[in-house]
Amino acid sequence: MSYDDAMAQFDPAFGLEVHVELNTATKMFCGCPTEFGAEPNTQTCPTCLGLPGSMPVVNAKAVESAIRIGLALNCEIAPWCRFARKNYFYPDMPKNFQTSQYDEPIAFEGYMDVEVEGETHRIGIERAHMEEDTGKSLHVGGSAGRIHGADYSLVDYNRAGIPLIEIVTKPVLGTGARAPEVARAYVGQLRDLLLGLGVSDVRMEQGSLRCDVNLSLTEQDSASLGTRTETKNVNSLRSVERAARYEVMRQAAVLVGGGSIRQETRHWHEDTGVTTSGREKSDADDYRYFPEPDLVPMAPSREWVEELRSSLPEPPHERRARLQAEWGFSDLEMRDTVGAGALGLVEETVAAGTAPAAARKWWLGELARRANESETDLGSLGVTPADVARVQALVDEGTLNDKLARQVLDGLVAGEGSPDEIVGARGLAIVSDDGALGAAVDHAIAENPEVADKIRDGKVAAAGALIGAVMKEMRGQADAGRVRELILERLR
Amino acid sequence: MPESSEHTITREQVAHLADLSRIDLSDAELDDLAPQLSVILESIASIQGVAGDDVPPTSHAMPLTNVYRDDVVRPGLTAEEALSGAPEVEQQRFKVPRILGDEQ
Repeated sequence: MSYDDAMAQFDPAFGLEVHVELNTATKMFCGCPTEFGAEPNTQTCPTCLGLPGSMPVVNAKAVESAIRIGLALNCEIAPWCRFARKNYFYPDMPKNFQTSQYDEPIAFEGYMDVEVEGETHRIGIERAHMEEDTGKSLHVGGSAGRIHGADYSLVDYNRAGIPLIEIVTKPVLGTGARAPEVARAYVGQLRDLLLGLGVSDVRMEQGSLRCDVNLSLTEQDSASLGTRTETKNVNSLRSVERAARYEVMRQAAVLVGGGSIRQETRHWHEDTGVTTSGREKSDADDYRYFPEPDLVPMAPSREWVEELRSSLPEPPHERRARLQAEWGFSDLEMRDTVGAGALGLVEETVAAGTAPAAARKWWLGELARRANESETDLGSLGVTPADVARVQALVDEGTLNDKLARQVLDGLVAGEGSPDEIVGARGLAIVSDDGALGAAVDHAIAENPEVADKIRDGKVAAAGALIGAVMKEMRGQADAGRVRELILERLR
Repeated sequence: MPESSEHTITREQVAHLADLSRIDLSDAELDDLAPQLSVILESIASIQGVAGDDVPPTSHAMPLTNVYRDDVVRPGLTAEEALSGAPEVEQQRFKVPRILGDEQ
């Protein structure tokens, strides 16, 4: 069923659960480091391995980050709350429970305003609670590392115990056909907000921000919400939109065919763009939550909360308005920049010395195209704001023209090193040396005698054809201005 | 058998809990345990009857709050130490049997 047909009959409601790994130096309950990419099982201790007799102690910095996130999302901060054990048997947690928060989240009842195409949608925040990340399992045997059909699994506990904040929205209603876009914009703006707070690396490709998409359909004119599915493993902004769109079409087809939606967990497959059925959602009762006896309650003082509130960075909508004024962008340019998830990238590029218009041109033009082609996000391309600023500086100083600059971007995306290294390795710098240029100019004049005669007769505009010939011979690396001068010197 | 009341735990509930806890109970053990657990629940219920609404449920014996640690790295275990108790190791990871069900 097409998306438009689905929309004619149903109204989507969605909710998002975002897990953010905090960028604290140590884990939630022990002093183990949290660095990404370390050798397996080199960042563990008796506490995060769940060995008998070990005792957890809460990381103060993680509590501070949780409160700051809550405040930035306009939440209430609990005057008193506890951790709870979520009991389940699965080897990604060696303790056989995950330390989480249950009915006493540290932050609750907030909202975030999300802009899509100039319209503001207020997304209600149900809660933001603290918990710990799980270990990483590698499934061996079966097909392509998938859990089903695997012969056995290998577990690395470096990630087990890293502080996580789970941010849960209320059901978002009334966004109609825009639902997938609004969902994507929410995650994108949440990422920017977290980046602004400096509490997380928020790198979706490294799993430091992960997203589950809950979605249900309601028949037009019906008052009650339909049965929802929870789609996991949605790990890029683009996938948030695609997965929501896919679930709308899938659920609509099931409902129109007379079927009913099962409340279940589904898995998003980035490569094929579909979701597949996972387990039936287990009952919260089955987790047998109870207050964690090894951790005493948290009671953040009101003074501390107010101190953290007063040191929050500028809220996103104020920041957008300020940047738009500073950069002199039109409403449309600003909207495109925000929509592409490029606000922070442009800001950092400008801070690195690039003119705002040039920064926007690269991120929303060439780089957005490359991101789209490789089905990834701008932030995941492997190109940094400092790289872009350097490329523009090379253009400004005349070492590169736009065409050569684009080749440098290709090199950056391919991971060939810094812009200067790529210019050197690929031999991309503009040639303005008269010796090399003069030979190419003489050659072009010899090859195009009629054009040369026109210029001799005073038709200077004809020089363009000769410049083109020189450029072709020099693989686009000739300094066009100097070539023109050399041609005119010879023919006038 | 105690009389059926809201504090009774049924045989089916005990079987479900045993399943969640990965405890393999025989039929005879279920028959034996369900009434015993019900007696415990009855006892707790009578204590709850004494506590008024002004007494909050107790989760911690000591009246402490806000026990935190600074965010400073402390030495932990080497991979060899971490894996020393593992029944099986492969690729410097804990090798575990095939997992049924899903990740959380």
